[in-house]
Amino acid sequence: MGLFNFKMPEHFIIMNNPLIIGAWISIILVSVGIVFFVTKYKKWGYLWREWFTTVDHKKIGVMYILAALLMLFRGGFDAILMRTQLALPDLKVLDAQHYNEIFTTHGTVMILFMAMPFIIGLMNVAVPLQIGARDVAFPVLNAASFWLFFVGAMIFNISFVVGGSPDAGWTNYVPLAGSDLTPGVGINYYLWGLQIAGIGTLATGVNFFVTILKMRAPGMTLLRMPMFTWSTLITSIIIIFAFPVLTVTLAMLTFDRLFGAHFFTIDAGGMPMMWANLFWIWGHPEVYIVILPAFGIFSDVISTFARKRLFGYNAMVISMVAISGLSFIVWVHHFFTMGNGPWINSVFSITTMAIAIPTGVKVFNWLFTMYKGRIETPAPMLWSLAFIPNFLIGGVTGVMLASAPADYQYHNSYFLVSHFHYVLIGGTVFGCLAGMYYWWPKIFDFKINERISKWAFWLFVVGFNLCFVPMYLVGLQGMPRRVYTYGEHMGWTTWNFVETIGAYLMGVGFMLIVWAIIYSILHEKRDRSGDPWNGRTLEWAISSPPPHYNFSRMPSRVTSADPFWDAKKRGETMFDENEPLKPIHMPNNDGMPIVLSGFMFIAGFGFVFEWLLIGFIGLLGVIGSMIWRSFKDYDADHYVQVDEIERDQAELKAALEGRS
Amino acid sequence: MLPLRNGAWKWLAVAGMMMAILSGCEPVKMGVLNPKGPVAQKQYDLIIWSVVLMSVILIVVFVLFVVILVRFRASKLSKDYEPPDVEGNTFLEIVWTAIPVLIVVALAVPTVTSTFDLEKSPSPNKKPITIEATSAQWKWIFKYPEQGIETVNYLKIPANVPVRFKLSSHDAMNSFWIPELGGQEYTMADMPMFLWLEADKPGKFIGRGNNFSGRDFAKMEFTVEAKKQSDFDSWVDHVKKTAPKQSEKEYKALLKPGTVDLKTYSSYPKSAEVKEPNHGGMEHGGMDMDHSKMKHEDMEGMEDMPGMDHDKN
Repeated sequence: MGLFNFKMPEHFIIMNNPLIIGAWISIILVSVGIVFFVTKYKKWGYLWREWFTTVDHKKIGVMYILAALLMLFRGGFDAILMRTQLALPDLKVLDAQHYNEIFTTHGTVMILFMAMPFIIGLMNVAVPLQIGARDVAFPVLNAASFWLFFVGAMIFNISFVVGGSPDAGWTNYVPLAGSDLTPGVGINYYLWGLQIAGIGTLATGVNFFVTILKMRAPGMTLLRMPMFTWSTLITSIIIIFAFPVLTVTLAMLTFDRLFGAHFFTIDAGGMPMMWANLFWIWGHPEVYIVILPAFGIFSDVISTFARKRLFGYNAMVISMVAISGLSFIVWVHHFFTMGNGPWINSVFSITTMAIAIPTGVKVFNWLFTMYKGRIETPAPMLWSLAFIPNFLIGGVTGVMLASAPADYQYHNSYFLVSHFHYVLIGGTVFGCLAGMYYWWPKIFDFKINERISKWAFWLFVVGFNLCFVPMYLVGLQGMPRRVYTYGEHMGWTTWNFVETIGAYLMGVGFMLIVWAIIYSILHEKRDRSGDPWNGRTLEWAISSPPPHYNFSRMPSRVTSADPFWDAKKRGETMFDENEPLKPIHMPNNDGMPIVLSGFMFIAGFGFVFEWLLIGFIGLLGVIGSMIWRSFKDYDADHYVQVDEIERDQAELKAALEGRS
Repeated sequence: MLPLRNGAWKWLAVAGMMMAILSGCEPVKMGVLNPKGPVAQKQYDLIIWSVVLMSVILIVVFVLFVVILVRFRASKLSKDYEPPDVEGNTFLEIVWTAIPVLIVVALAVPTVTSTFDLEKSPSPNKKPITIEATSAQWKWIFKYPEQGIETVNYLKIPANVPVRFKLSSHDAMNSFWIPELGGQEYTMADMPMFLWLEADKPGKFIGRGNNFSGRDFAKMEFTVEAKKQSDFDSWVDHVKKTAPKQSEKEYKALLKPGTVDLKTYSSYPKSAEVKEPNHGGMEHGGMDMDHSKMKHEDMEGMEDMPGMDHDKN
């Protein structure tokens, strides 16, 4: 393989299927449409100044969440296609190859490009506001995290129209994913999409770790932090330890595929089982990276809408720390049946079951937060309430799976598929939606419409259970995951049909959520006062949307974990209004992150097609961008002057008075 | 009134779900929940025990959840009700830490004992038969080293005799699973593993590859028939007399990716035997040859299966 070898894959432009041709047409139409309208309304400058170069954590959060919703649509569409194919025996909606590509992209997109950015988006939106900070510790790095994630997601997503999608499952087990058994560019897309997005995630972990430790408002000790901030801190630590493993593992397989190394090959001393180990040493902590922040959201939301302090705050923190520790010592339970020997299986069974203990503590603490509370059920609370029973079903089946001898009968079956969808949808997705509904009227000056959202909620939750309860049953009947079809003689038809109905209901539920957002943008009542839910923590003490510097004065009365609630009870605000306003030190916008990520796209694309010259040019660009950034460090910041802050305050006051 | 009606909806939905699950129990009586041998039975017992334990938790939490939601909804409380300012309750928190600990212990003990049992023959007093099961893209090859015959995509075993499967793969990983007879294990190239299964009585079952292995993975289903020992012996005799011999060339062709029909051979070439792992003396993942040979001969000494920890050997 030379530097100047530009071999073309068998199919560069994929056009072999009506679905894909449809995708091509819509991609082209949407792109042309966007370019046309942005140009027509002369919005390029606005986009560049306000969004592409922004370092404002709130805007970056919004972009993360927008991307996550797009990816939820893409991954959900994959799911609908799969469920359509499996609705009845021997259907031919998708052929084997196409189905295999779709379940691979469904899993990868949902975990890496939907759950992760949704969680990270909510962290971006809420954490600095919750701790009384004006931005994250490294604002430019934060922008780079977003754009690297975005480029990773784009690289992964173009695979199905350019060159072909990965088709070895989101777990990408070797030797199947090695170049002998799966040549072509699909697996390379997987490796480079995840690698680039993973670098962004690692940087996010470092960023929030430092932000939370160093930038809290005066008085906010660690044990007065809101629970979502706590979960973000713990998640950041997991990210810092787990993601380097992913980086190295992906790099090793990349070396196998591009340069003929033998880390994971069958012959020449390679060790395929090593992939399973390394993948899950990252992969298991990864599922806690997406679930712990959801736990944090539920804690904040439940305590807000039960109008009661979180029950057992310290126990909640300790159990999260315990879960994060255990998350690193359970990975073998993903392959109990790979011949580990009884001692190893016993140890990993017990560590896995042990996770149920801190998780159980949390569930009871949530229940007793509501006990003697005054429970209201707007949309964020509805999703949090639905979480408890649904996640519990996922949790107890998780304990069942933890029993190694029983897992010999569950492994790789639909029982397992249902289990992880119950925890990932019932936990992470419900949590993300709860968080989105909860903080929406903080990022913007309106709520998402309640009436449409209730419909969406019930359709989604009922559809979810219709879809996944039967999966436990067909799993026990012996249906393996990842089969593209099944015979009538297996007796799985009825349940599969019910599952498909459930999946469609979930699809309708999702579309209603999107409709609720669009409707609310157009029609919902505007309110800039900033405390629409009668909140308890710092973010509700400032206006909605907050000024770009968040806090004109630093909050000075943090005396508990519910500082704003307690201040309201005392008839105080969070701020000392007698203190004179001071100029505020803020970071400048920066074009480096998007330029660097653009070069990363070139590098990734080149390496995917094994066009090394292009790959290395891209990498040079990345390094060049960093050098460029190091030379313009001098104008990285500015001060917001007092008269501008006063102008903002006067404008807010006028807006609030105009409303009443 | 609307919130109340919403609540009613919810209970209807929950009730409907429970009905669906309960009524679904009958057709589920196949696969895992229909054990037909001692290994599957042991796993079934463990599964049922775990279901019982987990149901306790489910019921307690669901009841608490419903009671709290019904009792403390804002719409049901008087306007001036003010929730108390409680921070926690150490006693309660110790209780709901201790109870899960007990439940985990109650499940962990049988888990560990079964884990060790699975490594041994389910019927140590009976003489076992060894069958080599090899997955290739996308078919199953069964070799009977004691009988010298080979079948493709179907399997016949003597009933009431412990079967020691020697699992391997020609290419991608797969997983060998006959739910009615017991749990699965991976098949891997250059890394043979063993799995004990046994059928109580003559009967027919469906087995399958359970780990995704590429394009036609869904087609990797095979039939399993347990026959009385005498019937099994006469089937072997019949195969030996009537089926063709398998040439080296035919075996190589069989391994190429693709699907094939059922096939039967009265012999297989020497090169087709499942070999002990050979890592060419490379440091990485090397396997102690003597150690594995010893295991191969010693039927009982199965505790230490070849696995991921063997570079410490």
